[in-house]
Amino acid sequence: MTISLMPEPSSTGSLQPQGWLRYLSFSTDHKVIGLQYMVCGFIFYLIGGALAGAIRTELITPISDFLPRETYNEVLTLHGTVMIFLWIVPVVNGAFGNYLIPFYVGARDMAFPRLNAVAFWLIPPAGILLISSYFFASAAQSGWTAYPPLSTTTPATGQIIWILSVLLLGGSSIFGGINFIATILKLRRPGLKLMQLPMYCWAMLGTSILVVLSTPVLAGTLVLLSFDIIAHTGFFNPAMGGNAVVYQHLFWFYSHPAVYIMVLPAFGLVSEILPVHARKPLFGYTTMVYSILAIVFLGLIVWAHHMFTSGTPPWMRLFFTIATAFIAVPTGIKFFNWLATLWGGKLSLNTAMLFCCGFIANFVFGGITGVALAQVPFDIHVHDTYFVVGHFHYIVYGGTVFVIFASIYHWYPKVIGRLLNEPLGQLHFWLTFVGFNLCFAPQHWLGLNGMPRRVAEYDPQFTLINQLSSAGALLMAISTVPFLINVVMSAFNGAPAGDNPWNALTPEWLTSSPPPVENWKGEPPLVHEPYGYGVAPGELSLQASSGRDLWSLGQGDQP
Amino acid sequence: MRIPSSILTLLAGMALVLTGLWVGQNVNLLPVDASANAPVYDELFRVLFSIGTILFIGIVGLIVYSLVRFRRRAGETGDGAAIEGNLPLEILWTAIPAVVVLFVGIYSYDIYDRMGGMTPLNDHSMHSMAGSEERTWGGISPVSLDGDPAIAPLPVDVTAMQFAFIFHYPDSDITSGELHVPVGQPVALQMKALDVIHAFWVPQFRLKQDVIPGQPTLLSFTPTRAGQYPIVCAELCGPYHGGMRSSVIVEEPESFAAWVAKNSPATPATTTAVQS
Amino acid sequence: MTSTQPDTIQPDVAEAEHGHSDHRLFGLATFLVADGMTFAGFFAAYLTFRAVNPLPAGHTYELELVLPTINTVLLLVSSFTFHRAGAALRRGKHALCQSWLLVTALLGFSFLAGQMKEYFSLPFGLTDNLFASTFYAITGFHGLHVTLGGLMILIVWWQSREGGRISVDNQFPLEAAELYWHFVDGIWVVLYGLLYLL
Repeated sequence: MTISLMPEPSSTGSLQPQGWLRYLSFSTDHKVIGLQYMVCGFIFYLIGGALAGAIRTELITPISDFLPRETYNEVLTLHGTVMIFLWIVPVVNGAFGNYLIPFYVGARDMAFPRLNAVAFWLIPPAGILLISSYFFASAAQSGWTAYPPLSTTTPATGQIIWILSVLLLGGSSIFGGINFIATILKLRRPGLKLMQLPMYCWAMLGTSILVVLSTPVLAGTLVLLSFDIIAHTGFFNPAMGGNAVVYQHLFWFYSHPAVYIMVLPAFGLVSEILPVHARKPLFGYTTMVYSILAIVFLGLIVWAHHMFTSGTPPWMRLFFTIATAFIAVPTGIKFFNWLATLWGGKLSLNTAMLFCCGFIANFVFGGITGVALAQVPFDIHVHDTYFVVGHFHYIVYGGTVFVIFASIYHWYPKVIGRLLNEPLGQLHFWLTFVGFNLCFAPQHWLGLNGMPRRVAEYDPQFTLINQLSSAGALLMAISTVPFLINVVMSAFNGAPAGDNPWNALTPEWLTSSPPPVENWKGEPPLVHEPYGYGVAPGELSLQASSGRDLWSLGQGDQP
Repeated sequence: MRIPSSILTLLAGMALVLTGLWVGQNVNLLPVDASANAPVYDELFRVLFSIGTILFIGIVGLIVYSLVRFRRRAGETGDGAAIEGNLPLEILWTAIPAVVVLFVGIYSYDIYDRMGGMTPLNDHSMHSMAGSEERTWGGISPVSLDGDPAIAPLPVDVTAMQFAFIFHYPDSDITSGELHVPVGQPVALQMKALDVIHAFWVPQFRLKQDVIPGQPTLLSFTPTRAGQYPIVCAELCGPYHGGMRSSVIVEEPESFAAWVAKNSPATPATTTAVQS
Repeated sequence: MTSTQPDTIQPDVAEAEHGHSDHRLFGLATFLVADGMTFAGFFAAYLTFRAVNPLPAGHTYELELVLPTINTVLLLVSSFTFHRAGAALRRGKHALCQSWLLVTALLGFSFLAGQMKEYFSLPFGLTDNLFASTFYAITGFHGLHVTLGGLMILIVWWQSREGGRISVDNQFPLEAAELYWHFVDGIWVVLYGLLYLL
C-alpha cells in the first residue's frame, strides 16, 4: 500500500481546483466536504465560544455592568444558536458523517454528491447572515428558543434574520439527512449486510431519520412565527386569538430530537474509537443497534418535558415524565456496553481514549441530572434555572464536544497523513476536563438555590460561585490554544502516520493516509467484522500484533 | 491466598450504596424549605441525589479502575480478550435501570400528587378574577397537605408585566408590589401576564409556574415558615429579566391581619372574606 | 466468530459504483417525507387551535364546499393523467406523453385558478382571526407546492418532445415530477378533509 503525504491531484487537465483550493470550492468529494464542514464548524465554535466568554465575563459581577442589557440578550441568543446549528449539528453529522460513511459502506462517495455540496454551502452564508445581524441591526434577543410573544415584540429585523438563518441551516441538515439515509440503505458494498456495518452507520441512520422527521416541523413553525412578525397574523398572539403555548409544542417537537441529533452521532463515534484503543470488540453490537432505534423512537415523543411549568395540563405532564424517563434505559445500556468494552482490554491511554473516558463520565453526570429533570415535581423547581444550563452543557459539551475532540485525535492521522503531538493532546485534555467541570458543575447548585437562566444580574450571594464558573470558562478558552497549535503544526511537522497507525480494522484504515480520491485503489474492502479485535479466551498470544485480518477483496477470506 | 474478587466487588458495592445514601441524607444542596410541599420535594431530591451519587461514583470508579488495571504497559503488544457480548449480563443491566426508572417515575408521580399537581385545574369553586369563570390553562391547584379542607385558600391575583409583579387581593382590594401571606393558610395565585411570558418562582417554596398572556394559570401553596423569600422571574422576558424580582413575606396570622388592615383602601366594611 | 463467504459479485456492482440513478427516486421520496412533516406540523397546529382556541360562537365560518370539491376532483384526475403520461413515455410515444402532460398542467393551473377564485370570494382575510390565518397559511403553502409542480410539469413537457432529454432511457425527470405531483395531491386530500370537511 502506498503512503501518500499529499492529497492526490484529480485527473490532469481538469478545471477543478487542485490542492488546498479544493477546500474553498464546490467540491463533490465527500472527503473534501467533510473537511469543509469540520473547519467551518470549528470557526463557528470559536465565535460561539467568544460569545460564551462575554456571558461569563458579565456574570463575574452580580450587576449588569459589562454589556448593555439588550446586547447581552443578543449575545446569549447567538451563543445558543451558533453552537447548536453552526457547530455541533454540522460537525458530528456533516463533518464526520460525510467523511466516514462512504468508507464504512464500501462506497466511493455519498449517494448524492452534488446535494452534499449544496448542503455544505448553505452553511457559511447562513452563518454570516446570522452573525452580521449583530453588527448591522440588532440581533435576535429572545433566546435560541424564540418564544413568542417576546420574539414578536422585540426588534423585528434581527428576529427575521435569525429565522432565515435557521431555515437555511435546517434545510442543510435535511439535505444531509436524506443523503445519509440513501447512502447507508442503498450504497452498501455487495456482500455487506446491515448488521455488519460499523456502529457509526447505525447512529447516523437513526440521527438522519430524526432529522428528516422533526426538522421540517421547526421550519413550518418558524414560517408561522415570521408571519406573525411580518404579516401581523396572530398564530401565537393571544390578543388576536392565538396561543403562545402551541409555538412551544411545535418548537420542541423538533428541538428535543435535536439534542439526539447532536448526541447520537457522538455515541456512534465513541463506538468506533473505543474498540480500537482498547483492542477489544465492541461489546453487545446487536443491543447497541436496538438501543439506537429505541432512542430514535422515544426521542420523538418526549418534547413536552421542556414545558412542565407552561400551560400544560396534569395528564400531559405525567405522560411526558414517563416517556422521558424511559429513554434512560437504552442510553444506559450503551454506557454499560462501552464500559464492558473497556473491561479486560489493553487500553492505550492516548488522548482519544482520554477524551472518550471523559465523555463517559461527563455524560453520565448529565444523564443523571436529566433523569431528575424528567420528573415533573423536580423540574418545577429547577426549570429555566442554571441547573438546566449545567445539565445540558454536560450533555452537549461534556458529551458531544469531548467526542468531537476524541474523534479528531483518532482520525486526524487518516485525514492529514500525519500524527498529532501526544503530549500537547494530553495537555489539551486535562485543561478542557478541569476547566469544563469547574465551569459547569457549580451551576447546578446555583439553579437549585435560586439563580434563573438568561440573566445578567443575580442575587449577590451567588457571586463567588459565578466567579468560579467564569474561571472554569477561562480555562476552557485557554485549552483551545494547545489544540490549535497541535492541529496546525502537526499538519506540517507531524510524524508520518502511515496507512494504519492504530492497527484498526474498519475500511477507512485499509487505505492510504490521506486516502485517494476514489477512497481505495482497487476494490473496496469487505469487512465483515469491524470490531474483530481481541485474542480468543484461552489463547494468550503475547507477541500477537493487531487483531484478525478479515477484510477480503470479494475473493474469500485471507487467513 | 487472595480474597476472591466477587467478595471485593460485593464490599465495594455495599460501600457505594451506603455512601450514596449518606450523601443523599446529609449533603444539603437546597435552600431552606418554607412551604408545605417543600419537604415533600426535598424527599424526592434526596432519593434522586442518592441514586445519582451511587451511579456516578460507580461508573467513574469503573472507568478509573479500567484505565489503571487494563492499561497497556510499555512493551506490551497484543489485544485484549475477544469478548463480543454477554446476553444475560445485558439483560441484567437493562432490567435494573428499567426498574429503577420505573420506581423513580412512580415515586415522583406520588410526590406530584401530594403537591396538588394532579388535581384538576378547573374543578374547584373559587373566586375567579374579574368575576368571570375563566379557564385555567396550567399550574397547581390548592390541596390541603395538613388535612383541613375547611380552610379556603387565600386568593391573590398576580399580574406579571415587563418588568414587575403586581399582587392584588380581591377580598380586601389591596394592591401591592410584594406578596404578603400568612403562615399555615393555603394561598391560590391566579396569574395573568400582560405582554410576554413570565414565570413566578419562589425557590424556598420549590414552586414555579409560567405566566402566559391569554392563558391564566394557577399556583397554589401553603407557606410553613415565616420569613422573606425572593420571587424570581424565571422566563426570559426582555432586557430587564434579571432584575424582575419581588419578595414574598410570610408572616404570623396576626401580623398578616395587621398588614391587611393597614393597607386596605379606606372604604367601609372591608372584611376578610371567610368562604365556606 | 468466523466470517461467512461473501456473496458472489453481482452484475450490478458496476452499476452501483458508477450510476446512482436508481437511488434518486428514493432520495426524492425521503425529501417528500420531510416536506410532508412540514405540512404535518401545520395540520397539528390547526387541529390544536381548533380544540383549544376555538373561535367565539358567532364568529365561526362555514366554508363553501362546491369549489374545493371541484378542485379535489381536478387534482385527483390530474394524478391519473400524469400517470398516463408516464405510461406513454415508457412505450416510447413522446407525442402522446406530451399531450397527457399538457392536460395535467391544465388541470393543475385550473386548480390554482379555482383557489384564487375561492380566496377572493372568502369573507375573511389573512389577519382577521386565527382560523383565517391558519386557513390561508395551509392552503397557501399547498398552493405554492402546486405552482412549483405545475412549472415542473411544463419543463418536463418540453423535455419530453422527440429528441428532448427525457426518453424511455431517461425517465427519471418525469418519474420524479410525477412522484412530487402525487405527493401534492395526497396532501390536498388530507387538507380537504381537515379544513373543509371536519
